[in-house]
This record gives sequence, structure tokens and C-alpha cells, in this order.
Amino acid sequence: MRQEGLLQLAASRLIGLVPTLLVLITISFFLIRLAPGGPFDAEMAAPPEIRANLEAKYHLDEPLLAQYFRYLGEVIAFDFGPSFQYKDWTVNELIARGFPISATIGGLAMLLAFFAGVLIGVFAALRQNTASDYTVMGIAMLGISIPNFVVAPLLILVLAIYGGWLPASGWDWTWQRGIMPVVTLALPAIAYIARLTRGSMIEVLHSNYIRTARAKGLPERTVILRHALKPTLLPVISYMGPATAALITGSVVVERIYSIPGLGSYFVQGALNRDYTLVMGVVVFYGMIIILFNFIVDLLYAWLNPRIRYDEGE
Amino acid sequence: MNDNVEKRRSERTVDDVFAEAMAEPDIRGRSLWMDAWHRLLKNRAAVVSGVLMILIVLAVIVGPMVAPWAGDFTDWDNTSSPPSLETGHLFGTDAVGRDILVRTLEGGRISLLVGLVATLVSLVIGISYGAIAGYYGGMTDRIMMRVVDIIYALPFMFFVILLMVVFGRHIILIFVAIGAVNWLDMARIVRGQTLSLKNTEFIEAARACGVDHRSIILRHIVPNLLGVVIVYVTLTIPQVILVESFLSFIGLGVQEPMSSWGALVNNGAQDMESAPWTLVFPAVFLTVTLYCFNYIGDGMRDALDPKDRA
Amino acid sequence: MNRYLFMRRLTACVAVLMLALPLIPLGGCSDEGLDFGVRPENRARPVELVLLENGRPDPSVLAEEQVVRRGNGEEPATLDPHRADGVPAAHILRDLFEGLTTISSSGQIVPGAALRWNISRDARTYTFYLRRDLSWSNGEPLSASDFVYSLRRALDPDTASASAAALLPIANAREVLAGELPIEDLGVALLDDEFTLQITLTGPTPYFLGLMASPVAYPVNRRNVEAFGELFSKPGNLVSNGAFTLNEWVPRTRIVLEKNPLFREAGDTLVERVFYIPVEEASAEVNRFRVGELDWTSEVPSNQFAWLQKNYPDELVISPWTGSYFLGFNLTREPFVNNPSLRMALILAIDREIITDKVTRFGERPSYSLVPPGIDGYVPFTPEYADWTQDERNHEARRLLEQAGYSDANPLHLEIRYNTSGNHKKIALAVASMWKQVLGVSASLVNEEYRVFLQNRQQKIVTRVFRAGWISDYNDPYSFLELFRTGHRGNDYGYSNSTFDALLDEVGTERVRARRERLMFEAERVLMTDNVIIPIYSYVSKRLVNPHLRGWQPNVLDHHPTRFMYLLRTRDTASSAPPSTVDAVSQAASVEAEALPPPESILPPPETAGPQADEVDDEDSSERIEQETGEGGS
Repeated sequence: MRQEGLLQLAASRLIGLVPTLLVLITISFFLIRLAPGGPFDAEMAAPPEIRANLEAKYHLDEPLLAQYFRYLGEVIAFDFGPSFQYKDWTVNELIARGFPISATIGGLAMLLAFFAGVLIGVFAALRQNTASDYTVMGIAMLGISIPNFVVAPLLILVLAIYGGWLPASGWDWTWQRGIMPVVTLALPAIAYIARLTRGSMIEVLHSNYIRTARAKGLPERTVILRHALKPTLLPVISYMGPATAALITGSVVVERIYSIPGLGSYFVQGALNRDYTLVMGVVVFYGMIIILFNFIVDLLYAWLNPRIRYDEGE
Repeated sequence: MNDNVEKRRSERTVDDVFAEAMAEPDIRGRSLWMDAWHRLLKNRAAVVSGVLMILIVLAVIVGPMVAPWAGDFTDWDNTSSPPSLETGHLFGTDAVGRDILVRTLEGGRISLLVGLVATLVSLVIGISYGAIAGYYGGMTDRIMMRVVDIIYALPFMFFVILLMVVFGRHIILIFVAIGAVNWLDMARIVRGQTLSLKNTEFIEAARACGVDHRSIILRHIVPNLLGVVIVYVTLTIPQVILVESFLSFIGLGVQEPMSSWGALVNNGAQDMESAPWTLVFPAVFLTVTLYCFNYIGDGMRDALDPKDRA
Repeated sequence: MNRYLFMRRLTACVAVLMLALPLIPLGGCSDEGLDFGVRPENRARPVELVLLENGRPDPSVLAEEQVVRRGNGEEPATLDPHRADGVPAAHILRDLFEGLTTISSSGQIVPGAALRWNISRDARTYTFYLRRDLSWSNGEPLSASDFVYSLRRALDPDTASASAAALLPIANAREVLAGELPIEDLGVALLDDEFTLQITLTGPTPYFLGLMASPVAYPVNRRNVEAFGELFSKPGNLVSNGAFTLNEWVPRTRIVLEKNPLFREAGDTLVERVFYIPVEEASAEVNRFRVGELDWTSEVPSNQFAWLQKNYPDELVISPWTGSYFLGFNLTREPFVNNPSLRMALILAIDREIITDKVTRFGERPSYSLVPPGIDGYVPFTPEYADWTQDERNHEARRLLEQAGYSDANPLHLEIRYNTSGNHKKIALAVASMWKQVLGVSASLVNEEYRVFLQNRQQKIVTRVFRAGWISDYNDPYSFLELFRTGHRGNDYGYSNSTFDALLDEVGTERVRARRERLMFEAERVLMTDNVIIPIYSYVSKRLVNPHLRGWQPNVLDHHPTRFMYLLRTRDTASSAPPSTVDAVSQAASVEAEALPPPESILPPPETAGPQADEVDDEDSSERIEQETGEGGS
């Protein structure tokens, strides 16, 4: 029963990928072309001959529907086309270069956030309403009370410029350049996860089966780790799915302030530059990642909460 | 001297006892909400936060009305000047000579407005959507969640940016854009919790009694979701305020001369070393407000959760 | 018991975690040789500069490693010189390639690949005589046919170059671009031999020599392009003819150029390698400069300026730039149609001193005219109200406003449109505030995203008052004036004045410099009297430069070829004596003071100091007119 349920889930998710992506591509394609202005606008208007040449080269002079189907054909072949803005690079190349960086930073940030957040949350839950609880949660919540575009320059100022311990910005795969971006990204997530964990654990600890476990005389560590932790993590997992997807596709703020060539700024810059192909490529890529992570979240959810699993079979 | 009092106890009849009982004042019954309210009041952090929030709200509403100058008044003699009593600029001025105190208060109006309205939008849509999907389950649930998945796969920022770019940068659009995307999270969580709740005993009992679906959803499921939803809402309002400040960072937030805490903090962060007062004051307001929301939310969750007997 | 033990362990974990986070960086005082964190108090100082007789630095003062790191703003879109545009790409391309003419370190036009040139009497035919010993970085010889090929390629519709518009003055360029004529019909041809090139123009183009020094006119290697197609500009493929070759390009991380040993002046190039680091946030650039990762920034964020002036006075360099900042009126819409006195009122009511002193604070100069000062010796027109006090201007402004029919009862509502940028926002705020305080005009601020803003401005349908301004690529006032020609594609104002157009036509054919300047002055007077724009200030370039880096000079074009630069050794804190191994001869040369900017720290080697104006060698007996440059060359 369990195996079947999971396989069914996997199959339905994979099949669901295609219509989802199709809708995603279609909406994005037409929406970005709705935006006024084009990729080739410049401070001084280009003469009509040049406009015509540029549009012909990038197929922008074809009817919209024709462009759409041409693009679909390219996407099926995993070719996202040349970037309009970065003319010497294809979108595939840009994503291939940018994604590993964003993914590394985002992934590490999420790991840090998970472990730190859960630890803090459990600690605070176990000492609910004591001074430790207030202090620890108070500090953790700084993460969501100070925007990251304040934290980042502050860290740079203190650690790099005045302290001289770390490089100011840029990226070269060393941990010195990685630690500040990872910490900056992780701070809000730590706060969220800590709160979620704390709230969730408090509820779980007052539930019947925990009471039973304690009544049975089980050691506290077993009670917490074996019985309370899994259900506690349910809302955390729910949160982490989309949050991780968002983080590993790059954070605009962190990447801009730390000068990191990741995917994050491609979203914003692409839209602002009307770089149609880059935007579409990043959107489709992001879509695939989100779907993947949703799938993982569903799996984990089902594994952690037997009640859901049986329900899916209906 | 009263006859009743003089009668000895052993001689009292049932009628007498009954009469005495009726004469006493009624015992006030306490609803669950009153219980919760009393519990909330015991939570010091929540109370302090509540008082602070009221003060802040009063300040942002009344402050700009009684200030000696408007937020867009440029004092050319005192540009980028630190806080001082002589110039009258208690929080200092920014690069164009505008008073930071007034700007902070005016910005507070916008930030709080954005937080409230956008959250309300996402709340209403999200809860109804998620509860229905979770409750009915099966194909309804699948379709509804599939729609959520599809919308979810659209990167939020991209969507908001495009909306801003296509339709212009009106503040209403900010509410709509933020609210319209945030409901997804709410729906997901509510649906998850509903799925859990659906199979509990008291719901089964209600169904056995023949209560109709709508009543079950409204009377039994929704109130039990409140704990989780409130936690989520108190995570959302500050999140919305921060999202608006992110939009300011990329230049798409509230437009001049309107300002928000996010925009002020953004501008101040760039001047961190040279004019720290442009950062510190709005940031303190922002941070304190966010903290207050969080503590109040925590307090409410602790107060409303019937299982929490600590 | 177990409960308490468990609690304690948990507490310990959390405590360690919370303390560990900030301590991690402390544990990493790495000493891999990278110089993290040069604190302001401990900044290194360079040794004193000692120059040899020929203007080159004495080898004893040079640093061992001649590697320059330049912050370069935005990532360049492409390194194909014919398709690139934007200042960041231009800096890199100037190091990679060399055109027929080139810009010296002081901003003068000097011979590049061409040794000398003739200009026909009607200014429509340019004949360039190339040097005979030039080669590409792969060893192939470079000749005039490379330039023919390249100019044709730039205008080829298939190349779809966005910047080819600059080459429109060339005969048949427009038809070629439109696809109406084949590229062979372009007015570019070899003349007698492989080293003589003749270019025919549609009409006189005053800044044509400057144009030949710009990237769109650079040569590209034919075989290179044919082999790799559009990928020829990637590292490993690119063949160039300039002082450097392309070694590495990691998008949005760095572009690395290496010295080209086959360059004609390779012997004089001291820099071995140049890093161009794209940094999108100006404040991030400053940060990297402060920790020593950059020797040169592309700009400085305005809000840190005063602070940098105080804390980095030696590193901060400000110099005039060929740029003018102004707001424009849309003359085709109410209330500005046929209403010069209203426009004048708005122009007068702005206190430009306040804007430059308190708002932008970069040391710009308030401006009352179109052309910025210092452009090739031209003195711009100044209206008489430039000498009034601001109170007098305000008074006159109010009078004019009333005359136009506006008052408290009938206030004027305007909008100021600008694109998202901190600087534009501050200036718009200041202007709106001044208009309100002085005239009672309520101006709303419309902040648009860049592309939307451009489109609106060019269409002239919704704009009224908008952010404008122009930074020219050429050291010629004409490049500012031509924007206001009737129907010019840069004319977002809807301005049309036949007198003005006629004056510009005359400027093109006028050969005598003094007369040209007078004509341009007159044209500017016509323009400013028509109150088409609201001049605010003239631009300055501002950046941070490592005091060790020399060989560059501030110039109005802000062109700084790396090949003239070099790095000085760091002064030992132990000994502060000047280098001991100085030749008696070289001691005769000027000894540099430490304060920046260095006035004339390097003179270009004698043979590039100007074309040989005395040779009268041309076949066709067209008279030689005065060279546009050369007289007074550095």
C-alpha cells in the first residue's frame, strides 16, 4: 500500500510536469512581451534601418504566434536561445555558469538554516516561556526583522573593511567569499524555521501520544527525538520546499551586494532589460526546480505523516 | 430582623435553598475567546508589544499632522545633517534636506497599510481555497492543488516585476501583486492541516451527527486551523513589509514622494557610514514593528491553542 | 535525571551554535597571499615617482608585478567591437583594438593605425595612409583591406549592429544598412595600394576622426570572423590589433587581457595584465577598492562622496567630462507649446548652486548652457541671467509665470519624468521642491523603469518635463548641438528651428577653427534663447584610483588606455629614502609629488605626437585643410 501510494505520487507528479511547464512558458512568453519597451532601446533612438536589422536577426519581426511556436520548438530541444542582452553568450551558457553558484550558496544557506533553526526552535520549545526562550527567540527573530540589504553591507563593513578578515565581495569558490553571502541568506530562514519548529513542537508536546510516551517512562531524549521530532518537522518541511527552491535559484539582493554572478539577478535584470530569451530560460528553469522540490516535499510529508499517505489513495 | 436569617439551617427547606441561589448574582460563563484573551493578557511580551504597536500606530497617524514641516519639505540649509535640537530635526535630515522623523512616520503609514491589506487579501483567498481543497479531497483537491502548483512555479519576483512594468507602479498594484502571490503559501498550509484534521474523531462525530459540509468547515475546521493560521499570518505581515522593501531595492516599490520604511531603510543602508541616522531611525521603527507583530502573534497562538496548558 | 541531562546538552549545543557563528570568520585569518582588508590607517604609500628624460618612469620605481585591476561597472554585452555599445565595453575594446586614429592619454586624437591622413576641401573625402609594419595578434599583417572589410561588416544588415548608426555619415551607409545596396557599394575603398584607404562621406562630419577612434570603426580579422562567426569575440578565439589580447572571460566575474607583444608600441607598454572586474553596485566597487582588490573604480556612489573626500582624499579623482545634465521640455505638448516665457520661468527658478553643492556634491559645475566647458577649447554661450543672483532670477521667474497666466488661483501642474536612479531622483526632487517653493508650481515625480522611460521619451506622447542630458563620445561641441536638429533621432524635444539647422550645416563645411567656433556659439545661442532645455550642470568623472597607479591623465573624454599605465613600488615603511639607483641623467627629469592627480606624468613617445602636418604628399591636388587635431598636440 505504501509503495504503491508513493509510486503513484511520483508518476502523477512527473506527468503533471508537462502541462505545468506549458502554462508557465505561455504566460511568461506573452506577459513579458506585453511590457512596453524592447531589448534594443537605447539612450538615443536607433534609426529605423538598424531597428529592422536587429528585429530580423532575433526573429522579433515575425508574428507573435510564430515566435511562440518557434520558441517552444527550441525549448523542447533544451535550447533557450541566445541572450539579447549578453550577446556573446547563449542562455544555456549563462544558466550553466550561474546556477551552480546560486545553488551552492542557497543550498548551504538552507542547510545552515535547517540545523540552526530546528535546534533553536526545539531548545526554545522545551523551555517555553522562560527567559532562555525569550532571549533565544528574540535573537533569532532579528533575522526576519532586519532586511538583508541592511545586513549585507553591515557585514561587509564590519568583517571586510574594518576587520579585514574577509574579502569584500566577488566570487571564486573559496569559503572566505562564501561565508558572508551564505550567512546573510540563512538568517531570515533560521528565524522562520526556529519559529515554526518552536510552535509546532509546543503543539506536539501537548498531544496525547507524547503524553503516553512520557507516561511509559521513556527517556526524554527518546521522547523528543523519536516521537516528537517527526511531526514537529511537518510544517518546517512544507516551508522548506519552496523556500529552498527560491534560495537556490539565487537571491537578487545578496548577489548584487556581494557581486556574485549567480542566477538571481538574471530574473530582475532580464525583465528590466527586456532580454526575452534570458527571462524565459530562467523562468522555465526555475519552474522545473520548483516542481522538483514540491515533489520532494510531498514525499517527505507523506513519509512523516502516515495520515496523508492513506488519504492520497482515495 | 429578617425572618429568613433567623431560621436555623436545619430548618431550611428546598424552597429556601432555591430562593437563596436565585438571589445570588449569575455566574458569568466564559467563552473560549474570553479564556484566550485572559491568557493573552498574561503574556508580558505580547502585552508590551501590543502597547508599543498602538503607540506606533498613533504616532504614524497623528505625527505627520502635527509636525512643523511636511515630509517633502527640503531644508536646503541642513542637508544630510545629523540629529540635533537646534535645527529642529530630531532625527536628522537626508541628502535633500528632508526631515527623517516626519519621513519615518509617513513611511510607517504606507508600510503598515501595505502589510495589512496585502495580508488580508492573501488570508481570505488562501484560507478558503485551502480549506475547501483539503476538506473535499480527492479530485477536487488534486485539481485545486495542481492550479496552485502551476501558479507557484512562476517566480514571484518576476511576476510582480512584470505586473509593475506592464501596468505602471501604482501602490494599489503593490497590494494586489503581493497579496495575490502570498495566498499560495497559506492555501498549502491550510490544506495540509485540514487533511490532518479531517480524520480526527470530532469531525467524524460531527459528520455522524449529520452536520452539513459548510458548517463543518466553518464551525469546526476553521477554528481549529486558527492556531496554525495565526502563526502564519504573523509571519506574513512582516514578510509582506519586507517584500515591499525588496521592491524598493530594485526600484519598483512605492514611488516618490511617498515613502515606506523599506525604501527609507534602503536609502539609509547606502549611507551607512556617512549618514547613519538615515538608516538607524527608520530601521529601528521597522525592526520594532516587526518584533511586535511577531510577539503578538506568538502570544495569540499560545492563547488560542486549546492544547497548550503550560 | 535524563530530562535534565538532555536539556543541558541541548542548551550547550545551542549556545555553541550561537557563539560560533560570528567566530567562524575569525578562525579564518588566511594568509594565502591575498591581501584582505587594507585598513584605512594602514594604507600603503608608493615610492616617489622618478621619470626618465623621455617621460617614461625609471625602472627602479616600478613594482615587480605590473598587473592592473580596473572596476568596470556593468558587464559588457559583447566584445565584438561592431556590436558593442556602452562605456564599459568601450574601455575594454580600446585596450584590445586600435582604429585608424586613436586617443592619447591626454584625450587628443592622434594617429593610430594610420600614420597620417588627408581631408578634402569639401570635407567629404578622407584618405588614410596606414603604417606598413602593423600586424594582428596572431602574426598576420594588417592592412587597409582589413579596415574595408571591417567597415563593411559593421554596416552589414546581417551583423545587426546597434551602434552602426554612428557610421551613417559614410556614403551609402544608410542604403547598405537597409539592405538596398550590397555592402561593396559602401563609400570605403582601397586607393592605390594595400595601405591607403579612402572613405567618402555623405556630408561634412566634423567629428569624423574621433569616430574613427571609436569601437564601431575598429578592424576585425577577416579569417577570425569567418572561422568562428559570432563567437569570434570569445576568449581563445579573438584576434586583435591593440595593445592587449583577450585571455579570459568569466561572465560577470572578470575579463583578463594580456599584453600583446606584436603591438606596434609593445615596447612601451609596461602593464603585463589587466583585469576588468564588472561590479554592478557602485558601493560594492568602493568596498573592493578599499580592501585592495581594485586599483581603479569606474565611478563613485554619490552618497558616499563627501565621506570619501574626507577619508580617501588622495585616491579620489574628479575631472571634467564631456557631459551635460539637463531636463528637457516636450515642445509639442501643453503647456509648453509656443510658450517660451513659461519655460524661461521654470528655467530661472532653479538654484543650480544648491543642486551641485548640496544634492549631487560631486564638484560639478552649474550650467546655463548646453555644451559643457572645456570641450576642445570651446567657450559655451552663457545667457545673461547666469550672472544674476538667485533672488533676481526667482523674481523674474515669478513675473514671467504670472505673465503666462498662472497664479495661486490657477496653479501650474507639471510632472517630471525620470528613470530609476538615485541621482536622477534626487535632482528631480530638488527641482520639484524649488519650483514649489519659488513659483507655487506643483510638480509630481514620475519614476519609470529605464526602457519604459526611453520609449515614452522618444514617442513624445506623454512626456512634459523629462530627464535628459548627453555624454558625448567625441571631443566636439557639434556632437551636442546635432541632437537638436529637426528630425534628428535624438531630438526628443520636438524642437525645430530652421535657423539653427542652417547654422549646423555651415559648421560642417567651415574649415577655419575660429569661425567654426563662432558658428557653434551662435547656434547654441539660438537654442538656449528658445528655452528648449533646462540646463543643470556639466558632468565630472569621479573615481577612486590606487596611488600606486600612474601613467593616466584626467581628460574630458574619460578615455584611459591601460597601455600608458604602470604601477609604482610600495614604499617600505622602514626606509623612506628615495630609490638609490637613480641615474644622474634621469635625475634631471621632474620628480613627482605624491598628491594626485599627476599633471603630465607621462608623455607619449615622440613619434605619435601628431601627424606630420608638413608633408604635402597627396595625389589629388585637393588642398589640405587644417587638421582637426595635431596643432597643440601633446
